[in-house]
Amino acid sequence: MKIKLIAFGIAKEIIGPDESNLEVKNPCNIGDLKRILIIHYPEFKKIQSIKFAVNEDYQEDYFQIHEGDEVVIIPPVSGG
Amino acid sequence: MRDIQVLDTPLNTQSCHDAVVDPAAGGIVVFVGTVRNQTKGRKVLQLAFESYVPMALKEMGKIADTLSQKWGILHVSIHHRVGVLEIGEIPVIIAVSTPHRQAAFEACQYAIDTLKKTVPIWKKEIFENGTVWVSAHP
Repeated sequence: MKIKLIAFGIAKEIIGPDESNLEVKNPCNIGDLKRILIIHYPEFKKIQSIKFAVNEDYQEDYFQIHEGDEVVIIPPVSGG
Repeated sequence: MRDIQVLDTPLNTQSCHDAVVDPAAGGIVVFVGTVRNQTKGRKVLQLAFESYVPMALKEMGKIADTLSQKWGILHVSIHHRVGVLEIGEIPVIIAVSTPHRQAAFEACQYAIDTLKKTVPIWKKEIFENGTVWVSAHP
Protein backbone atom coordinates (compact mmCIF):
# COMPACT_ATOMS: atom_id res chain seq x y z
CA MET A 1 0.00 0.00 0.00
CA LYS A 2 1.02 3.61 -0.47
CA ILE A 3 1.49 6.06 2.40
CA LYS A 4 2.41 9.72 2.34
CA LEU A 5 5.58 10.43 4.35
CA ILE A 6 6.54 13.94 5.49
CA ALA A 7 9.61 14.92 7.51
CA PHE A 8 10.64 18.00 9.48
CA GLY A 9 13.80 19.32 11.12
CA ILE A 10 16.79 17.03 10.97
CA ALA A 11 14.61 14.22 9.54
CA LYS A 12 13.94 16.39 6.51
CA GLU A 13 17.68 16.80 5.97
CA ILE A 14 18.07 13.01 6.11
CA ILE A 15 15.29 11.93 3.74
CA GLY A 16 15.04 15.05 1.58
CA PRO A 17 12.77 18.08 1.55
CA ASP A 18 9.92 16.71 -0.55
CA GLU A 19 7.08 14.66 0.83
CA SER A 20 7.38 11.15 -0.55
CA ASN A 21 4.95 8.41 -1.38
CA LEU A 22 6.30 5.27 0.19
CA GLU A 23 5.26 1.75 -0.78
CA VAL A 24 5.03 -0.50 2.30
CA LYS A 25 3.64 -3.99 2.91
CA ASN A 26 0.15 -4.29 4.35
CA PRO A 27 -0.26 -4.53 7.33
CA CYS A 28 2.40 -2.10 8.49
CA ASN A 29 2.62 -0.44 11.88
CA ILE A 30 4.75 2.44 13.11
CA GLY A 31 7.38 0.04 14.48
CA ASP A 32 7.71 -1.61 11.04
CA LEU A 33 8.03 1.79 9.38
CA LYS A 34 10.74 2.80 11.85
CA ARG A 35 12.76 -0.33 10.97
CA ILE A 36 12.32 0.31 7.22
CA LEU A 37 13.52 3.89 7.59
CA ILE A 38 16.59 2.91 9.59
CA ILE A 39 17.54 0.36 6.89
CA HIS A 40 17.14 2.95 4.12
CA TYR A 41 18.60 5.85 6.11
CA PRO A 42 21.11 4.62 8.75
CA GLU A 43 21.55 8.28 9.80
CA PHE A 44 18.38 7.89 11.86
CA LYS A 45 20.32 5.69 14.29
CA LYS A 46 22.20 8.80 15.43
CA ILE A 47 19.07 10.78 16.27
CA GLN A 48 18.13 11.12 19.93
CA SER A 49 14.59 9.77 19.45
CA ILE A 50 12.15 9.64 16.58
CA LYS A 51 8.42 9.88 17.05
CA PHE A 52 5.69 9.55 14.46
CA ALA A 53 2.40 11.31 13.91
CA VAL A 54 -0.42 9.90 11.81
CA ASN A 55 -3.08 12.33 10.67
CA GLU A 56 -1.77 14.96 13.12
CA ASP A 57 -1.64 12.84 16.30
CA TYR A 58 1.34 11.14 17.96
CA GLN A 59 1.16 7.34 17.60
CA GLU A 60 3.09 4.49 19.23
CA ASP A 61 4.89 1.54 17.58
CA TYR A 62 1.84 -0.76 17.58
CA PHE A 63 -0.35 1.71 15.64
CA GLN A 64 -1.52 0.26 12.28
CA ILE A 65 -1.00 2.53 9.29
CA HIS A 66 -3.69 2.60 6.62
CA GLU A 67 -3.52 3.25 2.88
CA GLY A 68 -3.40 6.98 2.20
CA ASP A 69 -2.47 7.98 5.77
CA GLU A 70 -0.28 11.04 6.23
CA VAL A 71 2.66 9.88 8.33
CA VAL A 72 5.01 12.51 9.71
CA ILE A 73 8.48 11.84 11.13
CA ILE A 74 8.89 13.90 14.32
CA PRO A 75 12.51 14.25 15.46
CA PRO A 76 13.05 15.70 18.98
CA VAL A 77 11.03 18.93 19.16
CA SER A 78 12.72 22.14 20.27
CA GLY A 79 10.19 24.95 20.13
CA GLY A 80 10.09 27.94 22.46
CA MET B 1 -11.06 32.75 24.87
CA ARG B 2 -8.30 30.85 23.23
CA ASP B 3 -5.93 32.58 20.83
CA ILE B 4 -3.47 30.06 19.39
CA GLN B 5 -1.36 30.94 16.37
CA VAL B 6 1.79 30.02 14.46
CA LEU B 7 3.02 33.11 12.63
CA ASP B 8 5.79 33.95 10.18
CA THR B 9 5.79 37.64 11.13
CA PRO B 10 7.17 39.38 14.29
CA LEU B 11 5.17 38.60 17.44
CA ASN B 12 3.45 41.29 19.47
CA THR B 13 3.44 41.03 23.26
CA GLN B 14 0.66 43.58 23.62
CA SER B 15 -1.72 41.64 21.39
CA CYS B 16 -1.23 38.44 23.46
CA HIS B 17 -1.82 40.43 26.65
CA ASP B 18 -4.91 42.10 25.23
CA ALA B 19 -6.36 38.74 24.13
CA VAL B 20 -6.56 37.54 27.76
CA VAL B 21 -7.83 40.69 29.51
CA ASP B 22 -10.97 39.99 31.54
CA PRO B 23 -12.82 41.88 34.31
CA ALA B 24 -12.88 38.64 36.35
CA ALA B 25 -9.08 38.32 36.20
CA GLY B 26 -6.94 39.06 39.24
CA GLY B 27 -3.75 38.65 37.27
CA ILE B 28 -2.19 38.08 33.88
CA VAL B 29 1.15 36.32 33.43
CA VAL B 30 2.93 36.78 30.11
CA PHE B 31 5.97 34.70 29.20
CA VAL B 32 8.11 36.10 26.39
CA GLY B 33 10.81 33.84 24.94
CA THR B 34 13.77 35.59 23.33
CA VAL B 35 16.63 34.46 21.11
CA ARG B 36 19.83 34.21 23.18
CA ASN B 37 23.23 35.12 21.74
CA GLN B 38 25.09 31.96 22.76
CA THR B 39 24.77 28.25 23.47
CA LYS B 40 27.31 26.70 25.85
CA GLY B 41 29.71 29.54 25.12
CA ARG B 42 29.36 29.26 21.34
CA LYS B 43 28.19 32.44 19.64
CA VAL B 44 24.75 32.09 18.01
CA LEU B 45 24.02 34.34 15.02
CA GLN B 46 20.38 33.40 14.33
CA LEU B 47 17.78 30.74 15.07
CA ALA B 48 15.68 29.16 12.31
CA PHE B 49 12.31 27.74 13.37
CA GLU B 50 10.03 25.43 11.43
CA SER B 51 6.76 23.76 12.37
CA TYR B 52 4.28 21.11 11.30
CA VAL B 53 1.62 23.76 11.68
CA PRO B 54 -1.72 21.86 11.76
CA MET B 55 -0.41 19.49 14.42
CA ALA B 56 1.34 22.29 16.35
CA LEU B 57 -2.01 24.10 16.63
CA LYS B 58 -3.66 20.87 17.77
CA GLU B 59 -0.98 20.18 20.42
CA MET B 60 -1.15 23.77 21.70
CA GLY B 61 -4.93 23.29 21.91
CA LYS B 62 -4.33 20.29 24.19
CA ILE B 63 -2.15 22.49 26.42
CA ALA B 64 -4.99 25.04 26.58
CA ASP B 65 -7.40 22.22 27.54
CA THR B 66 -5.16 21.27 30.46
CA LEU B 67 -4.87 24.91 31.58
CA SER B 68 -8.65 25.11 31.73
CA GLN B 69 -9.12 21.78 33.50
CA LYS B 70 -6.26 22.03 35.98
CA TRP B 71 -5.98 25.76 36.72
CA GLY B 72 -9.40 27.10 35.69
CA ILE B 73 -7.84 29.83 33.57
CA LEU B 74 -10.04 32.53 32.05
CA HIS B 75 -8.15 32.99 28.77
CA VAL B 76 -4.94 31.92 27.08
CA SER B 77 -2.98 33.28 24.16
CA ILE B 78 -0.10 31.31 22.63
CA HIS B 79 1.79 32.71 19.64
CA HIS B 80 4.81 30.93 18.14
CA ARG B 81 6.90 32.27 15.33
CA VAL B 82 8.55 30.39 12.47
CA GLY B 83 11.30 31.50 10.09
CA VAL B 84 14.74 32.96 10.76
CA LEU B 85 15.02 35.07 13.94
CA GLU B 86 17.78 37.44 15.01
CA ILE B 87 19.24 37.76 18.54
CA GLY B 88 16.70 39.38 20.88
CA GLU B 89 13.71 38.59 18.68
CA ILE B 90 10.71 36.74 20.12
CA PRO B 91 9.98 33.14 19.09
CA VAL B 92 7.15 32.55 21.58
CA ILE B 93 4.67 34.42 23.78
CA ILE B 94 2.26 32.81 26.25
CA ALA B 95 -0.29 34.93 28.13
CA VAL B 96 -2.66 33.51 30.74
CA SER B 97 -5.32 35.21 32.85
CA THR B 98 -6.81 33.74 36.03
CA PRO B 99 -8.88 35.02 38.96
CA HIS B 100 -5.85 34.66 41.31
CA ARG B 101 -2.18 35.16 40.47
CA GLN B 102 -0.76 31.87 41.75
CA ALA B 103 -2.72 29.88 39.15
CA ALA B 104 -1.56 32.22 36.37
CA PHE B 105 2.13 31.68 37.23
CA GLU B 106 1.72 27.92 37.45
CA ALA B 107 -0.38 27.62 34.29
CA CYS B 108 2.04 29.74 32.26
CA GLN B 109 5.02 27.70 33.47
CA TYR B 110 3.23 24.45 32.58
CA ALA B 111 2.34 25.82 29.14
CA ILE B 112 5.89 26.76 28.12
CA ASP B 113 7.44 23.59 29.63
CA THR B 114 4.91 21.38 27.81
CA LEU B 115 5.18 23.31 24.54
CA LYS B 116 8.92 22.59 24.51
CA LYS B 117 8.25 18.85 24.94
CA THR B 118 5.22 18.12 22.75
CA VAL B 119 4.56 20.79 20.11
CA PRO B 120 6.04 19.93 16.69
CA ILE B 121 8.30 22.93 16.26
CA TRP B 122 12.04 22.66 15.62
CA LYS B 123 14.86 25.16 15.89
CA LYS B 124 18.21 25.18 14.20
CA GLU B 125 21.04 27.19 15.71
CA ILE B 126 23.03 29.09 13.14
CA PHE B 127 26.65 29.63 14.21
CA GLU B 128 29.52 31.39 12.44
CA ASN B 129 30.79 28.05 11.17
CA GLY B 130 27.82 25.74 10.87
CA THR B 131 24.30 24.86 11.97
CA VAL B 132 22.84 22.45 14.55
CA TRP B 133 19.27 21.16 15.02
CA VAL B 134 18.67 21.65 18.75
CA SER B 135 18.17 18.40 20.78
CA ALA B 136 18.50 16.19 17.68
CA HIS B 137 21.55 14.26 18.83
CA PRO B 138 22.25 12.58 22.17
